[in-house]
Amino acid sequence: MNNSQNIIARSATTTTPPQVRSHVEEVAKLIDVSKCIGCKACQVACMEWNDLRDDVGECHGTYDNPTDLTANSWTVMRFSEHESDDGNLEWLIRKDGCMHCAEPGCLAACPAPGAIVQYANGIVDFDSEHCIGCGYCITGCPFDIPRISPKDQKSYKCTLCSDRVNAGMEPACVKTCPTNCIEFGTKEDMLARAEKRVGDLQARGFRDAGIYDPAGVGGTHVMYVLHHANDPNRYSGLPKDPRISPLVGAWKGVTKPIMSAIIGITAFAGVIHYMTKGPKEEPEDDPGHDDAPAHTLGYDATRRDAGARGEGEDSAGDRPKGEER
Amino acid sequence: MTNHWVDIRNANLIIVMGGNAAEAHPVGFRWVTEAIEHNNAELITIDPRFTRTSAVAQDRAFIRTGTDIAFLGGLISYLIETDQIQREYVLHYTDAALIVRDGYGFEDGLFSGYDEATRSYDKQSWMYEMGDDGFVRRDESLEDPRCVYQLLRAHYARYTPETVSSITGIPVETIQRIWRKIAATAVPDRTMTFCYALGWTQHSIGSQIVRVAAMVQLLLGNMGMPGGGVNALRGHSNIQGLTDLGLLSQLLPGYLTLANAKEQDYAAYIDKRTKQPTVEGQVSYWKNYEKFHVSLMKSWFGSAATERNQWCFDWLPKLERPLYDVLDTFERMSKGELNGYFCQGFNPLASFPDRAKITRALSSLKYLVVMDPLNTETSEFWKHYGEYNDVDSSAIDTEVFRLPTCCFAEDEGSIVNSARWLQWHWAAAPPPGDARPDIRIMAELFLRLKRLYQEEGGVFPEPILNLTWDYDIADEPRPSELAREYNGRALEDLVDDEGNITRRAGEQLSGFGELTADGRTAAGCWIFTGCWTEDGNQMARRDNSDPYGTGNTLGWAWAWPANRRILYNRASADVQGRPWGANKAFIWWDSEQGQWTGADVPDFPTTSPPSQGQMPFIMQPEGVGHLFAGQSMVDGPFPEHYEPFESPVPQNLLHPGNSRARANPAARIFDDDREALGKPEDFPHAATTYRLTEHFHFWTKHARLNAVVQPEQFVEIGEALAEEIGVAAGDWVKVSSNRGFIRAVAVVTKRLRPMQIGDRQVHHVGIPLHWGFTGVAKKGYLVNALTPFVGDANTQTPEYKSFTVRVEKA
Amino acid sequence: MAINVTRRQFFKLGGAGLASSSLAMMGFAPEPAEASIRQFKLAHAKETRNTCTYCSVGCGILMYSKGDGSKNVEQDVFHIEGDPDHPVSRGSLCPKGAGLLDFVHSDGRLAYPQVREAGASEWTRISWDEALERIARHMKDDRDANFVRRNAQGQTVNHWTTTGFLAASGSSNEAGYITHKVVRNLGMVAFDNQARV
Repeated sequence: MNNSQNIIARSATTTTPPQVRSHVEEVAKLIDVSKCIGCKACQVACMEWNDLRDDVGECHGTYDNPTDLTANSWTVMRFSEHESDDGNLEWLIRKDGCMHCAEPGCLAACPAPGAIVQYANGIVDFDSEHCIGCGYCITGCPFDIPRISPKDQKSYKCTLCSDRVNAGMEPACVKTCPTNCIEFGTKEDMLARAEKRVGDLQARGFRDAGIYDPAGVGGTHVMYVLHHANDPNRYSGLPKDPRISPLVGAWKGVTKPIMSAIIGITAFAGVIHYMTKGPKEEPEDDPGHDDAPAHTLGYDATRRDAGARGEGEDSAGDRPKGEER
Repeated sequence: MTNHWVDIRNANLIIVMGGNAAEAHPVGFRWVTEAIEHNNAELITIDPRFTRTSAVAQDRAFIRTGTDIAFLGGLISYLIETDQIQREYVLHYTDAALIVRDGYGFEDGLFSGYDEATRSYDKQSWMYEMGDDGFVRRDESLEDPRCVYQLLRAHYARYTPETVSSITGIPVETIQRIWRKIAATAVPDRTMTFCYALGWTQHSIGSQIVRVAAMVQLLLGNMGMPGGGVNALRGHSNIQGLTDLGLLSQLLPGYLTLANAKEQDYAAYIDKRTKQPTVEGQVSYWKNYEKFHVSLMKSWFGSAATERNQWCFDWLPKLERPLYDVLDTFERMSKGELNGYFCQGFNPLASFPDRAKITRALSSLKYLVVMDPLNTETSEFWKHYGEYNDVDSSAIDTEVFRLPTCCFAEDEGSIVNSARWLQWHWAAAPPPGDARPDIRIMAELFLRLKRLYQEEGGVFPEPILNLTWDYDIADEPRPSELAREYNGRALEDLVDDEGNITRRAGEQLSGFGELTADGRTAAGCWIFTGCWTEDGNQMARRDNSDPYGTGNTLGWAWAWPANRRILYNRASADVQGRPWGANKAFIWWDSEQGQWTGADVPDFPTTSPPSQGQMPFIMQPEGVGHLFAGQSMVDGPFPEHYEPFESPVPQNLLHPGNSRARANPAARIFDDDREALGKPEDFPHAATTYRLTEHFHFWTKHARLNAVVQPEQFVEIGEALAEEIGVAAGDWVKVSSNRGFIRAVAVVTKRLRPMQIGDRQVHHVGIPLHWGFTGVAKKGYLVNALTPFVGDANTQTPEYKSFTVRVEKA
Repeated sequence: MAINVTRRQFFKLGGAGLASSSLAMMGFAPEPAEASIRQFKLAHAKETRNTCTYCSVGCGILMYSKGDGSKNVEQDVFHIEGDPDHPVSRGSLCPKGAGLLDFVHSDGRLAYPQVREAGASEWTRISWDEALERIARHMKDDRDANFVRRNAQGQTVNHWTTTGFLAASGSSNEAGYITHKVVRNLGMVAFDNQARV
């Protein structure tokens, strides 16, 4: 049972979290990209278990669907075709979702007390009851994972099926994976598995095979085995050396007490945005924004490369193009 | 499957060809990934496309659709000419040494005996030569020019790497590299498995593609071996079961066959099917045909079936045409020759070729009955859905009944997976509204008809009035009652040679070895006998232990025949009964016990010692595997490459001068449909249809979860073609054939590349098939608007995998 | 990465959240009870074993329905996942199998017999009794009119070719067996299932 003594970190909370439970084993999910067939069973099992149903979208000319993470799609497959100089074609398929960082940037950035927690087993979970929908978790996340729901203005992401794990089971995506590409166990065991897989890939000629467990975020509880670990970016933009923005650290370490006021949050948003993206292009009082649906708040829907789709688009609407003909 | 899903992990090399296992059978494919990781195996895909299976393959070749026989025929020649065959296996376990009659020949693309008027072969010359002793002549040296081995060698000598390359579009070096890897499994301790699906069967040469693969496996000694075999990865959850139960126009349960109109005499009907050994001492198990047939008749007609009335032989319908397959039926329907039609869980408007013809045909019916859990397109073929179903309801006079049925979750019973496992399942919930199980609907319909015949009389009521129907609740037989019936029981006490009672009247039979031809046993499907015995329901067993570590779980469910998991497994041992390789030990002769033993139920008489010389292929009269299909195929004893009926290539490069041998000369095509074929100049792109992993046919577009992950219809084209027609990823394209068109989003990919075929460049177009005008996914076009009404010569399976289209920007 | 939010928009959002969250942020709210963010949903559900209805791998599935099977409970499946004991699937399901729940509860499921009369543009709901009676009448009329006892050559053929039947390879062996038994003994020969295609 996931009682409060298992919570080792809690967003925007000054009191020291409980630390005495020293014998909780850290868990990890290992995704061996070299075995992934992109079947999306994990996407479906995730939605099914978590009682989510994303919108029925459109085909944008790729296999990716939904084309981006949403508040209802906590994991998506990202497909990229990579042709090497010698004409060898690889279809690299990566399951994207929360990495459950040991040092979670989302938690560090979150201004809402208890909206983001970290359990002793390493799972980083969102407690929606406390979420204020400010979107800082997205800014704080070096992997660009959380998404705000247009329905309730709350942030959502993979929970690593904390409910299943608490009950002694594996996450839904792990269980369903047809090819053993997703595995689950203690972090220690998963690292050992990963090393074995890397050895196997190297023996098959993938000299750069390696484990993705980035140190910049203290390691992760979701790890990848990559055949080209030297170039994670090849896998639909997996960051090579992810780090939490230094500003998030600053907020947590120094300015936290001051920031515990609603006005401070506003300022903080501006600072982060300025530091990461430069001055806003649109005027602050752009009347158009008044009418924009509330769910476009929180993050930049256009930040992904072409083909990606923002949360705000009404993907449920029939595209007239197909219907008219 | 000759083998089974878990057994794939025992393979050293896995060839996925004519299928896309990772997408269509992802969980079965797990055993491919297991073999790669734990058996150091290699996976090779040979496909027109770079699929999601290719994504995790170690090697791959891109083959022009419909040219698989060229690739595999060339492989046969390579294996023979480089002497990379499993010689001992080939000599003893195949017909390589058997002599073929003098009249057999092959000239310019046609086998001996061809009759152009009927588009069929007289197979008289395709026979082994019989010796004076009444058995087939053989030549152990394999040097007689009339022995199968030499005929085979000569037949495929034409398939040089260069010729194969020019037909298939695969570069010569790739062809040779993959042939080398396959040839390396000719040794006793390495096996290769073929995993195929409809990418092999949905061609006008489909059956022969499967056969050429089987021939390769015989030459390599990979049949009957763990990690070997030719494995059909079947498409539907119980398509194996419905095939086994004979729900096909010419079959009866258990692969028994209906008589044709000429077979008026019962004894001759039985005699023709009772295969006696043609090589001395062989098992030839079909010699028991009459036991199976009479037991079926007793099961259906009970005491009404007697020796005197020849077990009601005349009550069974006889075939007047060669086949009443679906192409034939829809051809007749389109000409107004049918009045009624039933679609039980089948969506022909979406599933049969040339959708316009299907609409015409259904519109000519007086009544159509659809039994389905879902709102299918077929049930609404009369309803206007814009361009997706452009019909005028008022002009269609068909009366359509739609009956809601249970789905799996509300249903109890067994289904047979691709590995021939009969697995029992239980209902979890009642069906929605008034939906009913199929069993109940069939029972009620039958009982109503029977009552009408009792009350009114009518034409030939005998089989209706006498059909056994001793179920506790007449209009709702329980699945357990039906399962016990097809398993079979003793009608009278059975006794052995000494007169001891071996089975009491009324008891369930434990195996088909107990069946008799004298009416003392009843069994509705002899190959299933053993599934529900006096020990209860064997299909519900759940012991998953694997005592030999071979992945063979004999205590899980029940497999036909006789709970065997690998067919022909006697061939996993050498002539002396020893495993070919220690790492491939599966079944062996235990001389102390005096019986065959091992990880599986032997597919062989258990106590027949190796010294007796009985050979592993016990269903064949010769006891051996057939490299030469004298009688089983209608379009040639050796597979030959023919072009698809619609091909971007104007000639068969093997027979450029003979237009009769361009496409399969014995394949099914009707005159009107020939007229509807497109010409390469109008429709230059090679098209192929297929499934995607996110969807199951036309079912899952009704399931929100699946609609989310693959919402909208698309077609795949390569970058070069996209550039040629000015299309970018995400644009809409129109795809047309000579029969119709669809519109879809373009997925532009590096995974489809142009191929050089002779003097021309061929582009492939990939057409996933899952969308339609009902369901929660985005509406789409039924892709069978495009496909030709052409069928394989042996099975009449339509040629969905190779036809031609034109793609243009919409 | 950017937060595309204007100040005014943020205030709106912040204002909405104030009542519930700002007090807590200031450290004044009582600590919420941190039990579990989401309770495990299968604890006492009824588990039923089945086989996936899609392809022919034959994966084992576990269906979870509400209630414990008591008489007063109408069973309703609310979750399906793989059967870990199954030797082939070992708990896995592909995207089709993993989505079985939405097939069971699909809006496209049919619940009542219907008829579309000749020339009509809509369905009419009818009773089972009416549906089966009308179908049986059609069958008998067609069979009696077109059944062939002997062909032109005088051979006994006893077949009925003017009504055909497509059987379902998604149905059970028992349904398949009784379908064959009925259809063939009415004399039908235009009889196939998906194995033909």
